[in-house]
Amino acid sequence: MSNEATRHEAKRQSFWERNRKSHGMLLKRTVGQGAVSVVRGLLLFGLCFMIIQPLLMKFSVSLMEERDLYDSTVTLLPRHLTWANYELAASDTLLNYWKSLFNTFWISLTTAVLQVVSCTLVGYGFARFEFPLKKFWFACVILVIIIPPQTISTSLYMYFSSFDILGIIQAITGHTLNIRDTFTPYALMSATCMGLKDGLYIFMIRQYFKGIPVSLEEAAYVDGCGAFHTFRKVMLPDALPIMTSCFLFAFVWQWTDRFYTNNFLRGFSTLSSNLPAIQQRLNQLKSTTGQTLQVSTTRVQQMISTGVIMTIVPLLILYVFAQRGFVESLSTSGLKD
Amino acid sequence: MSMTKRGKKPMSIRARRAITGYLFILPFILGFLVFMVRPLINSLYMSFCDVNPNGMTMTWAGMANYKYAVAADPEYNRLLTEEISRMIVNTLATLVLSFVVAVILNGKFKGRTLARAIFFLPVIFSAGVLLGLDSNMLGVEAQNTLMSGIGDAIQESGGVNLTQTLQDMLQASGIGTRAFQVVFNIIDSVYDIVIASGIQIIVFLSGMQNIPASLYEAAHVEGCSGWESFWKITFPMVSPLLLVNAIYTIIDFFTKSNNQVMEKISKVMYANYKFGVASAMSWIYFGVSILMIGVASLIITLGVKNVE
Repeated sequence: MSNEATRHEAKRQSFWERNRKSHGMLLKRTVGQGAVSVVRGLLLFGLCFMIIQPLLMKFSVSLMEERDLYDSTVTLLPRHLTWANYELAASDTLLNYWKSLFNTFWISLTTAVLQVVSCTLVGYGFARFEFPLKKFWFACVILVIIIPPQTISTSLYMYFSSFDILGIIQAITGHTLNIRDTFTPYALMSATCMGLKDGLYIFMIRQYFKGIPVSLEEAAYVDGCGAFHTFRKVMLPDALPIMTSCFLFAFVWQWTDRFYTNNFLRGFSTLSSNLPAIQQRLNQLKSTTGQTLQVSTTRVQQMISTGVIMTIVPLLILYVFAQRGFVESLSTSGLKD
Repeated sequence: MSMTKRGKKPMSIRARRAITGYLFILPFILGFLVFMVRPLINSLYMSFCDVNPNGMTMTWAGMANYKYAVAADPEYNRLLTEEISRMIVNTLATLVLSFVVAVILNGKFKGRTLARAIFFLPVIFSAGVLLGLDSNMLGVEAQNTLMSGIGDAIQESGGVNLTQTLQDMLQASGIGTRAFQVVFNIIDSVYDIVIASGIQIIVFLSGMQNIPASLYEAAHVEGCSGWESFWKITFPMVSPLLLVNAIYTIIDFFTKSNNQVMEKISKVMYANYKFGVASAMSWIYFGVSILMIGVASLIITLGVKNVE
């Protein structure tokens, strides 16, 4: 005990001793560092809290029984725990959860794969080849990033109801195709870099390829490898991190996308198309069970919170496992110019 | 590039490389022509036409739709100017916030990985339909029962609302009421700003991590304090990324689905079936956003040159 005390004493003395020797610089620095970490801790905690709190709140609300919502003494934690909200939200009447989940999953997966494949090809083309009008086409990529998709949505929608490629289909079958409400238009758009945020992916992938030294490719060319073979064997393995990143972004953003889903995938029951309809469906549900009163706003919010939680849980799982894929490749290569 | 300068027949190799290059970007060219240029021209044409929603027949109407959008529509002008001023304030705030957060996250401390993971969360969970739900139906205040609960508690116990009092005091002092208003608006929309700055933080962070450590070591040896090396090394090295981030933020802001102008355009289009007017509105909006991006790039490029 005393031994420890003396050691402590010695340490403290030596601190003041050293401080005296450094003409007060040591104290100044220690206090400064302490202050910095306190401020940093507070700021980080505050901001992180602000980001996470709504999620936690939604989760908590989703577990409450309806009477807890009207009980003003219940604020943070549910008093009567229940899974009933999840069962209701998963049912056919609200989200049709399992079917929507399945649809959302395969749509996101297919479009993300198509987007990554096409954007990687295009990004590589822009990064490594010199060809006439290259600046012009790259300006077009930037244009694709900038143009709000809303500008062209109506025209596209009308276009897909009488779809044709340069009159070829009409020449063969005698009429144009109505591919509205099928998956085809959106798959075609994703495969040709016109899907959700594809301009951004092209830009990111191009930056990434530009950061890789050309010596490997030159060696491959010298050894008689063709351009496509070199791309597949030499460049693709190097590009895996950025492709993973873009795939994850494409998957996640498609999962929650509302605009493209509303415009081009009306025939499919997806999570993002069902979520906004919850309010209306709740009211319908109430009117079919014989009650005429409107469903209370709080109740609607509760069911929406439940739906949101159910929508993001798969993403959360993905994020936990693939967090490195999201962040690291961006911070090592990045969106820099 | 360097490949094309080699070989015995440089012209033919160059031509072959060019063809290969075109093959690589072919998907984009096809998609751009079919799914972008065509609808764009169509929508541009529509904006000059009177579109009959039954059967979609168009009759040329000249500038009528544009005149209607700018002069006759009761909301459009107001929404547009509101969004632009909000965009300017939000972009500045986002740049500052993401820079500060990136500086913090770049330092070494316990739980850094967790903090990074959390700051990146909104990129995933506040996109698309979730963002729309948050802002339209719940609203931060309404959904944030804990926060409003705390606010109420403060108000009840002390009989005053802290921010309101502060606001009143500052405004009563009479200095620059408008400036304070801007500050309060930022404070009110801090949640939106934090949520919208995930990507920007990553971009700044990547820039900071690419600064060679030897620069800081040299500065340290020469007796530079941390503060000085921040302004002499970190800031100038990262400042080119300001442009990337500013442009990204502006585009993100303009194309977000919870943007009021966007909502207005969708409403005119799908609820009122005025396709011509809606197209004219979106073209005006598009022009304005290009203009804004141009102005921002110009300002930042000049500013960065000054820093260097």
